[in-house]
Amino acid sequence: MLKFYRRAVKDLFENRFVNTVTVITIALSVLIVSAFALFFVNVEELINPWKQGVRMMAYLKDNVAEDRIVALERRIEGMYGVGQVTFVPRQEALQKLKKTMKRQSSLLTNLNENPLPDAFEIRMRTDAQSEDGMEVLAQGLTALPEIEEVEYGQQWIGRIQSVVGLFRLAGYALGALFFMASVFIVANTIRLVLYARRQEVEIMRLVGATDGFIKAPFYIEGLILGAVGGALGIGALLAMYLAAAANVSQGLFGLIVDLRFLPTPAIMGILICSMLVGWLGCYISLRQFFGQ
Amino acid sequence: MNTAGTAKGALIRLFHVHKRYGPKNALVDLSLDIAKNEFVFITGPSGAGKTTLLKLLYLGEPASEGQILVDGMNLARIPAKRIPFLRRNFGIIFQDYKLIPTKTVFENVALVPEAAGAKFRIIQKKVRSVLRTVGMEDKADALPPSLSGGEQQRVAVARAVAGDPKIILADEPTASLDEDSARIIVDLLKGFHVRGGTVLLATHDRHLILQTGGQVVHLRQGKLERITSASAVRDRSC
Repeated sequence: MLKFYRRAVKDLFENRFVNTVTVITIALSVLIVSAFALFFVNVEELINPWKQGVRMMAYLKDNVAEDRIVALERRIEGMYGVGQVTFVPRQEALQKLKKTMKRQSSLLTNLNENPLPDAFEIRMRTDAQSEDGMEVLAQGLTALPEIEEVEYGQQWIGRIQSVVGLFRLAGYALGALFFMASVFIVANTIRLVLYARRQEVEIMRLVGATDGFIKAPFYIEGLILGAVGGALGIGALLAMYLAAAANVSQGLFGLIVDLRFLPTPAIMGILICSMLVGWLGCYISLRQFFGQ
Repeated sequence: MNTAGTAKGALIRLFHVHKRYGPKNALVDLSLDIAKNEFVFITGPSGAGKTTLLKLLYLGEPASEGQILVDGMNLARIPAKRIPFLRRNFGIIFQDYKLIPTKTVFENVALVPEAAGAKFRIIQKKVRSVLRTVGMEDKADALPPSLSGGEQQRVAVARAVAGDPKIILADEPTASLDEDSARIIVDLLKGFHVRGGTVLLATHDRHLILQTGGQVVHLRQGKLERITSASAVRDRSC
């Protein structure tokens, strides 16, 4: 195995230019695809807490009797997608408002009466948090005679999810495209090397070398090209991430957002994929060259 | 050395072998037995089928018809995957040396035991030994293009014997060498023969045959013309 590895490394240095071009191509492909992956990781990170907290406020009409409120709570609990229902009396709502307003809370002290209505705070189950799910629940609540108004600020989450889904699809398509392009380029590199060394291959066959003996260093070359290209691509992405993270972490949508780099399993997956690219490119060229 | 079927325990046997390249017949109905430890010249004018015969033996090409047995192996029945193992029975020497120009003399010779899966220490020992035999030990680190034709052919001989083959197939090994270099090559092949090896040497150099001795297979237009001793060649040339 060691002698194959030594031959592979020697060949890589002998064909420096072609191999450098191949490594750069793989690195660029990995960079583009992993940039997409990084985007998804961070969008998911951003959306997830909001998804967890999808809630609706159902405001009650004035003078709903207390016993009706209990019955109403049970009824809402039985509705599609509802995870948790909490009754928020108008006094409690006013206290919360005062707390939220802090310095401006004095504005509320002169009120003759509490302008806020009683309300139900409804948290949705995570499995029902689609745009359609929210819509159905909102319509169901509005249809109740005791409910004055339903409010939920996260309608746009569904839309964002649709857009992210679209991006994800584009990411997969691009990933597949770059994978194929990289395989094609590695295959061509190995083909060029094989063409330059066809006499050597022929001599090796004449002296009794098996095809496996001849092919092994090429496969190792392919794996090394893929691994180096993949590592460079990930390295470039990390450098760009570090440069961008410091600027972006300040208030995206006015929120504190901590950008995250790709998790270790994703990095390992990308490296394995780029090694697979090298191996597959070799396999295609060697198969053609040896006419099997 | 006989026509096929007359010698028992032959190392190489050819039964009614034909080789065609399109409409052209390169070998026609060739039957031949070559025993172990023979030194056989294959001779004849250009286009007689000398090189073709050697190619058929190491399965560089398949025979169009007929059967060839090498050390009991029927070449027609050898699957493609086993061809490298058949070739390890042979040491092959070419007129144009066929050395890898980017590998050193040592690496060129080491290729044979490496391909056979020998261990590192054994390869080192073997290669040093055969390079010493052909007088090229001091050029082990040289690249072939820096060597003379005679030196390159000596490296080719070293490579041919490095795998301890049973048979050496030499295709016009001295054709592009001067007289002194040619003599060295033939002496090396004779040494292999003396140590129990079998040599098939294709040449149209009558002088080389006379100098060396052994059996001579005469081919003409792909057909076996006759089998003689080297001395008979001398008699005919007188």
